Amino acid sequence: MFQPELETMSREALEDLQLARLRTQLARVYVNVPLYRRKFDEAGFRPEQVETLADLARVPFTVKDDLREAYPFDMFAVPRRDIVRVHSSSGTTGQVSVVGYTRGDVERWSDLMARTLACAGATADDVVQVAYGYGLFTGGLGAHYGSERLGAMTIPVSGGNTARQVQILKDFGVTVLACTPSYALLIAETAISMGIDVRELPLKVGVFGAEPWSEGMRRQIEEVMGIRAVDIYGLSEVMGPGVASECVRQDGLHVFEDHFIIEIIDPETLESVPDGQQGEVVFTTLTKEGIPVIRYRTRDISRIVPGECACGRTFRRMERVMGRTDDMLIIRGVNVYPSQIEQVLMDIPGVAPHYQVVLDKRGSMDTVEVQVEVSPDLEFDEIRELEALQRTVAGAIAAKLAVSVGVKLVEPRAIQRSEGKAKRVVDLRTKGA
Amino acid sequence: MLIEQLSVFLQNEKGRLAGMCRLLGDAGLDMHALVVADTAEYGVARVICDRPHSARRVLENAGLAVSVTRVVAIEIPDRPGGLAEVLECMGACDINVEYLYCFPRRDGVSAVDIVRVADPDRAVGCLTAGGFTLVHASEIYEPDPV
Repeated sequence: MFQPELETMSREALEDLQLARLRTQLARVYVNVPLYRRKFDEAGFRPEQVETLADLARVPFTVKDDLREAYPFDMFAVPRRDIVRVHSSSGTTGQVSVVGYTRGDVERWSDLMARTLACAGATADDVVQVAYGYGLFTGGLGAHYGSERLGAMTIPVSGGNTARQVQILKDFGVTVLACTPSYALLIAETAISMGIDVRELPLKVGVFGAEPWSEGMRRQIEEVMGIRAVDIYGLSEVMGPGVASECVRQDGLHVFEDHFIIEIIDPETLESVPDGQQGEVVFTTLTKEGIPVIRYRTRDISRIVPGECACGRTFRRMERVMGRTDDMLIIRGVNVYPSQIEQVLMDIPGVAPHYQVVLDKRGSMDTVEVQVEVSPDLEFDEIRELEALQRTVAGAIAAKLAVSVGVKLVEPRAIQRSEGKAKRVVDLRTKGA
Repeated sequence: MLIEQLSVFLQNEKGRLAGMCRLLGDAGLDMHALVVADTAEYGVARVICDRPHSARRVLENAGLAVSVTRVVAIEIPDRPGGLAEVLECMGACDINVEYLYCFPRRDGVSAVDIVRVADPDRAVGCLTAGGFTLVHASEIYEPDPV
């Protein structure tokens, strides 16, 4: 544990700390950020009305569009001269939003990422290869500062040039790999084609995040790389990686509650849901100075894992994120996340973990096709065996997700590989529109 | 007694078959027979070639999904009804043929029939007992290590 005095504090002490920090934070944003002042005033809410943590429910939400409209710096809560670093969201779903960090923010972020790495089992003795992209994306620099703070030997290789990643993994005796789970698979695949068995290398832990992935994908990565693969969570609007992390128990991600308040809400009614129930994740930052967010609706779907973790940390755990509401497919009225399709594919021998969901239109009908690679070690000779595999995949998706989709088998490596976040859904319906 | 045939999964798209043939050609591997079974989306190319295991490695390293299947090779009597006799013999042994294809031998006179059955060893016994001539792998290609 990197900061045991904080990570194992009693719930009572933690809630006192949260309340004190929340009150300060609300007062600061009300004074310093015009958007919050306007929102609070419109809702008839005054920061001093917060007397208990439950009063947070009276505070208006912040949404992604608020950050976009504030582009680039309108939601910063400190003067420009106090900002020492800027990052931005990946902008996959529209205009990017910009986030700024004060020197204190960078310090706290480093601590939280060091905590994340320690949570995954890393120590100062480790060699950490940071294969998240460096740049405006928070992944690379976030993991980098955390790894240095932990005292580990840090290799800032960034994403891309996969053959070199494999070479470094081997030559530098890397013990911890930090990247997206889909990039980890590409690294593993590239190692195989280079004749290198990752399982025989010193690598022992993967710190994977920045995109939704399934339990089946985790098992697959753990098997081909011979490592423990740990899920980490964060988003640039809230800070970047280091908001929550699995510990070695791999049973939910501890939310670093001394710095963030997590709420799970019903995205329709906007009411909080009880622990254990699924909903949209909402975060309030308690210590951020540059760009605090208050009740920020992440659009990520998860739930609080009830009960305490055997690792001794008292921070509550959120379940691995199932997907973002933006990625949710509505297939003939049924809500489906790509990660659920992934989970089904992982359990079927003969198909590889690489897949893509292609949405198209045939006449006025929306069509959904799941393209999946046949596994290189699939034993096949006859068309009917392949047709049976196709039916197995379609049948399993129908049985588990209650939707019928087309299934197309494609050659190994036919699905485009990603060096960062994988593109799981291709929407051809808007083509030419 | 059995022949090793490669089965290669190919998407039914322009250039895929050419790509496979180019890989084998560049590796100096000669094909003796090639048949494609296809659907609208994909096909299985079945290949009899020199050094099947080397060929498998070449194709797999290029990222293709390849299986090696053991098939029976029979010399077909060169007269009307020759193939019918072979099939009747297997029918009498209650052996169902999944697929078959034919290619000429290098001597240019006789033909070899490749037969895929569920239990190739039983087919070999049945055909030998029926007096047919089976073709050894060494007569067609150089058997190479796995």
